[in-house]
Amino acid sequence: MLDWLKGKGDPSFWKAYLDSFEKDNLDTPVRYVIFDCERTGLDWKKDSILSLGCIGVTSDHIEIKDFFEVFIENKNEAHQNEAVEKLFKAHSHQTVSESEAMMQFLNHIKNSTLVGHNTNLDIEMINQALKRMNLGKLKNNVLDINVMYQRFKNLPEDQHHTLEELCDLFKIRKSHRHTASNDAYVTALLFLKLKRKLRMV
Amino acid sequence: MRNPIAERIADFLKHYPPFTSLTYQELVTISEQVKVVYLEKNQILFKIGDPTHSSFYVVASGAVGLSVISDAEETLIDKCDEGDILGLRPFFAKNNYLMTAKSREDSIIYAIPIEVFKPYVTGNSSVLSFLLESFASNTRNPYDKDHRGKLISENVLFNEQSATDIQYFQPIKYTKKPITASSNDIVKYIAQTMTSRQIGSVIIQENQMPIGIVTDNDLRSKITTGLFPIEVSVDKIMTVPVVTVPEDISIAEAQMMMLKHNVAYLCVTRDGTEKSAISGIISEHHVVAAQANNPGVLLKQIKRAERSKDLKIVRDKLTDLIQNSIDRNIPISHITSVASEITSAITKRAITLAIEKEGTPPVRFAWFNLGSQGRKEQLLLTDVNNSLVFEDVPAEQYDEVKKYFLRMSERVLETFEKIGYEKSEQGLNANNELWCKSLTDWIKQYNTWINTPGEKGIHTSSIFFDYDFIYGDPFLEKTLTEEIFSKTANNQLFYAFLGTDAIKKPAPLGFFRQFLVEQDEEHKDTFDIKNRAITPLVDAARVFAISKGIKGITNTYQRFKKLADLEPQNADLYLECAEAFHTLHWFRTEDGLKTDSNGSYLNIEELTKVDKVKLKNCFQPINDIQDLIKNRFQLTYFT
Repeated sequence: MLDWLKGKGDPSFWKAYLDSFEKDNLDTPVRYVIFDCERTGLDWKKDSILSLGCIGVTSDHIEIKDFFEVFIENKNEAHQNEAVEKLFKAHSHQTVSESEAMMQFLNHIKNSTLVGHNTNLDIEMINQALKRMNLGKLKNNVLDINVMYQRFKNLPEDQHHTLEELCDLFKIRKSHRHTASNDAYVTALLFLKLKRKLRMV
Repeated sequence: MRNPIAERIADFLKHYPPFTSLTYQELVTISEQVKVVYLEKNQILFKIGDPTHSSFYVVASGAVGLSVISDAEETLIDKCDEGDILGLRPFFAKNNYLMTAKSREDSIIYAIPIEVFKPYVTGNSSVLSFLLESFASNTRNPYDKDHRGKLISENVLFNEQSATDIQYFQPIKYTKKPITASSNDIVKYIAQTMTSRQIGSVIIQENQMPIGIVTDNDLRSKITTGLFPIEVSVDKIMTVPVVTVPEDISIAEAQMMMLKHNVAYLCVTRDGTEKSAISGIISEHHVVAAQANNPGVLLKQIKRAERSKDLKIVRDKLTDLIQNSIDRNIPISHITSVASEITSAITKRAITLAIEKEGTPPVRFAWFNLGSQGRKEQLLLTDVNNSLVFEDVPAEQYDEVKKYFLRMSERVLETFEKIGYEKSEQGLNANNELWCKSLTDWIKQYNTWINTPGEKGIHTSSIFFDYDFIYGDPFLEKTLTEEIFSKTANNQLFYAFLGTDAIKKPAPLGFFRQFLVEQDEEHKDTFDIKNRAITPLVDAARVFAISKGIKGITNTYQRFKKLADLEPQNADLYLECAEAFHTLHWFRTEDGLKTDSNGSYLNIEELTKVDKVKLKNCFQPINDIQDLIKNRFQLTYFT
């Protein structure tokens, strides 16, 4: 009876993911997971995620071992443009299916606060992927470093900065290669700086 | 899962020692455990007295300053740049940090957990020795000739003991070709040999390689207690394995090894392992004896010197000391403070020796060192300048008194010449009758310089404002100093002339940031570091110090430090100048020792790229301080 209310047949990883939000762990420091996606394009309905990279931040430092990266096989070959092809030729990573990737991703992030650059699109695409798996939306709190920067400089909300621009502003050396994990790391450095400047605990 | 971010960190670490000694795979494994920390400008990483952290740190970008508190004043010891290591203390000591690490600009720091790194330290002797040496020498990267690596540890003792610190890193002298025995030799005969040779240990060898050691302690605890009969073969009672060290070990390392292994003897072998031939033995006695051969002992030797030859020996030892300290990247401030102590002691002794020969001086007098000695900056055997002031005497005695002091000064200068100092080209010495006169005459002389400064006059006299009282009656020095500072106070004309002198040589950068090299035949294509870079800073420090009425400090570095205190709005520039002066002084000293010259002319071609950049970075402060002089003293009227 209750099984049905909770959504009978929900896979166990989804339950574990939901359960992680039940616990009140006010004592442990907040875990931030800084993430970045590579996608086939910018249309959240048609396009899909190609890879996800995450790096963790706990109490003011980046934990290099709190790392996650996954590459997703691209069913929609027609969408592949030249650049993406190059990306895949350059390093032939082991790819997994989209649902497998989402499962691993949820297992990794748990109830952490997600941080990214221009997160709206990424979050929406993850939600679309979850929807294809007949699951609900992401429950995590989400922070956008672009918004943090606007707040730091008191800029209007419509003023956007690319990751490159923010790196220049904060004198962070950019990675030579744009992979999800490299961008996540650069975003994490930006997040540390902004977090400090905004005096976020 | 591959971790490309860890690989990225490993790619960074592999360029810097001690990580250069590790394999890439090891570095990746270490990097996976790294925490990345961001420090805002002036954020503190750790403070003096803080309990040690569980990690040590590598600067990934930015710069972190290390400072200690001495005499209730925070003193910056060194700056860690990209690739430099700091916070090594928890590796070796359980107690709290002895330094404060504070970021000097926005910095990214890698924190490497000690627990993760420890296995690589114990498993890799080159990593261990790098860390030990860095920690012990409390200085910069001991491998790096480019001075790129910086201060690494926090165990600096910033006080008078800096003198002792320096000799601590000299190579230790030990017994070469020690007495050895074979493992089947009888203990009784070994003990007899030890007694007749008066030694406390014998190394047991097999094919020239050490397999054990027998010491007084072994004989006491194993033979005299009756545990073994006295006729037993030595292999039954010897201590194995014997602790081996390489041939070029420093006193600090030797002591560290003895403490670490709790032994009183170290066996020196060709390559430092027990698998190579024995070449010597170091006992605790050697460590103690080596520490006795320090600047303190040199000072004692000076006091006992009976002839100029004895003083020359001491001065030669000082040159060795300076050379070794430069090689080991001891901060130049330590070196100069030790060297100036010894130099002034030599001067004092030379004067007492001269007085012994000439008889008691007729009246009170004061001896001043001038120029680089007066500024306590002389490291090389360059020229000496000095002057002598004697008490006012009735006119009829004047000539006789003056003659006495001229004779005495002549003897002092002869001693200097025998020691190896250059003669002053312009004869700015106390044996010159112009610079050996009574207090009243000296006051008149200074008044002339101060009130009617002709261009020519000021040029020769500027070094008379860098004087250091060495010997005689402090009352004369006090009277003279007060007289000078009362006359110079708010004397715009005088400052203007000193200032004009200070900006005569513009900052030495040509168009496109090229070095301005010399054109004349003798020094063609060399860089005149003395006149183009060091002298402008010395002159600038002098004019500002005098205009601010800073008494008693003549050292250029300290003058800038003091100025930074007095003028917070220009503190940054003054501190940059202080640093630049140190760097330039370092280059000049190193070059002077290498070429056995006064180090004035640097051969640009021989510099590494890093050194060239370091040198160029010193030029901007010169340019800026000269601008400040122009504005402050309104030199546009004069130039």
